Amino acid sequence: MPTPPPALPGDLAEATRDDSTLKRFLHGLPGVDRVGLEQRAADLATRSIKKDSKLWAIDTAIGMIDLTTLEGADTAGKIGALAAKARRPDPDRPDTPPVAALCVYPDLAATAAEALNGSGVGVASVATAFPAGRSSSRVKLAEVELAVSAGADEVDVVIDRGAFLAGRYGQVHDEIREVKAACGRAHLKVILETGELATYDNVRRACWLALLAGADFVKTSTGKVSPAATLPVTHLMLGAVRDWRDRTGLSRGVKPAGGIRTTKDAVRYLVAVHEVAGRQWLSPELFRFGASGLLNDLLMQRRTQLDGHYSGPDYVAVDQ
Amino acid sequence: MTKTYKLYIGGAFPRSESGRVHPVHDARGRFLANAAQASRKDLRDAVAAARKAFDGWSGATAYNRGQVLFRVAEMLEGRREQFIAETAAVEDLSVEGATAAVDTAIDRMVWYAGWTDKITTVLGTTNPVAGPYFSFSVPEPTGVVGALAPRQSSLLGLLSVVAPVIAAGNTCVVVAGDRALPAITLSEVLATSDLPGGVINLLTGHVAELAPWLATHADVNALDLTGAPETLRPELERSASETVKRVLPVGRGEPDWTREPSLKRLRTFTETKTVWHPVGT
Repeated sequence: MPTPPPALPGDLAEATRDDSTLKRFLHGLPGVDRVGLEQRAADLATRSIKKDSKLWAIDTAIGMIDLTTLEGADTAGKIGALAAKARRPDPDRPDTPPVAALCVYPDLAATAAEALNGSGVGVASVATAFPAGRSSSRVKLAEVELAVSAGADEVDVVIDRGAFLAGRYGQVHDEIREVKAACGRAHLKVILETGELATYDNVRRACWLALLAGADFVKTSTGKVSPAATLPVTHLMLGAVRDWRDRTGLSRGVKPAGGIRTTKDAVRYLVAVHEVAGRQWLSPELFRFGASGLLNDLLMQRRTQLDGHYSGPDYVAVDQ
Repeated sequence: MTKTYKLYIGGAFPRSESGRVHPVHDARGRFLANAAQASRKDLRDAVAAARKAFDGWSGATAYNRGQVLFRVAEMLEGRREQFIAETAAVEDLSVEGATAAVDTAIDRMVWYAGWTDKITTVLGTTNPVAGPYFSFSVPEPTGVVGALAPRQSSLLGLLSVVAPVIAAGNTCVVVAGDRALPAITLSEVLATSDLPGGVINLLTGHVAELAPWLATHADVNALDLTGAPETLRPELERSASETVKRVLPVGRGEPDWTREPSLKRLRTFTETKTVWHPVGT
């Protein structure tokens, strides 16, 4: 096993020593109280955010969006259109903040980088045989290198769920470590695909495994599997990054992705971020939404707040 | 049994998001039932449901729409006795008067059912043009139409407002005020006809509270203010103009609903599209 980064305190460094210590550490994590977790997530979701706070939440959420297009039918033209929307989501209202990043497949990362040059909007690329992660390590690393050399500031990779569910934690850990090394200065987001992990305990283990291996962000889902992001799973991951900060002093981010379509949902996630992780996480540095349709709903709600009447889909750009 | 009725949005019967209900009385002030009191968020949901249903309904063939409207008329007739009793109660009519109103309402539905596949022929044209082109104009549905249910004629008036809107291929959101009982029963009829969910959405509540939100909603394309109180109309028309809505021109008060309607409503809630097509050699 490669040596762990020096920043990790002794017990965490010890956990990554070999396969069996890793397994002992991950299985030694406290079990998740399913009922309690879901109840708390549901309780916090009832909180009502109105008026100025709502407007603030909408602007904050817009600034946290990774505007995503991951379709086989993506073209350079579509990336160009989305890039324009990412820079200036609502051209009628230039005070609307730009989104955080544009998330594309690696072959289109160069197109996105060119279109977003100088705008401050990041380029995120998926890699490692997204979305299934079923390929050899060599191919996965080559894909990461392709994305980084094309100008991606952030790389979203998937873990090998087969290896994880079979208990080969060491293999998953090493793969993430190698990917992290290949990323260089690019930020690494590790997709756990929680919809395939079956239990909350597994989500907590996968989360810690990714953090131990050097992930900058943990991300719920690819968006290709249902269920995608849910509030309880995000609560769990926010709890993990908070614990990680308490133990190591390092702040890591969380990105729920897939299935978040309305402003109401987004605000619930922001409440969870504030209550579970803390105020520090209410920033695009540490929290992102992986979404495509969400942006239009946020823009419509923003107009509703500012105009005093309901807006409609005719007044926002269609992502086609 | 005293009932508490719900709203009709997107083919389902949800309670008001606000949890409010209000009593519905007959014309002499006696309690009839409780009905949901819709909030502006219910109205927003109803508009979203109408928008969602629009593609399917406007894309359906005119023949199919006619069949569905005819089916609604059949189902109305099946509940004839109930409608007569409710109309008599809320409008303070004699049984004979209520029977006449309900029968006219059923006939009105059949009348508009017949119109669905004739609108294009009657309102559309081929245009004589000075060039090698076919040019023709066809009426197309306007979109989501907001309507306020007429107050005096609770069933006949309501159907005379709603039927032309959906016959032309639009979807609609209707707000019914204090004489809502026949309107609520109508929603139960619609839910069991073949009308796709969301084509007609029916909200009960206070017209003065909901109408401004309907008139200003940017995703509503046209308004029928026949049921609006006179005092509200100018303000509603002004706010409708800010989002470029088509507003049906109506006179003071309610028209005589028993007279055979003109094509005014069908014409108002359609947009004329003109197509130029090159003539082949």
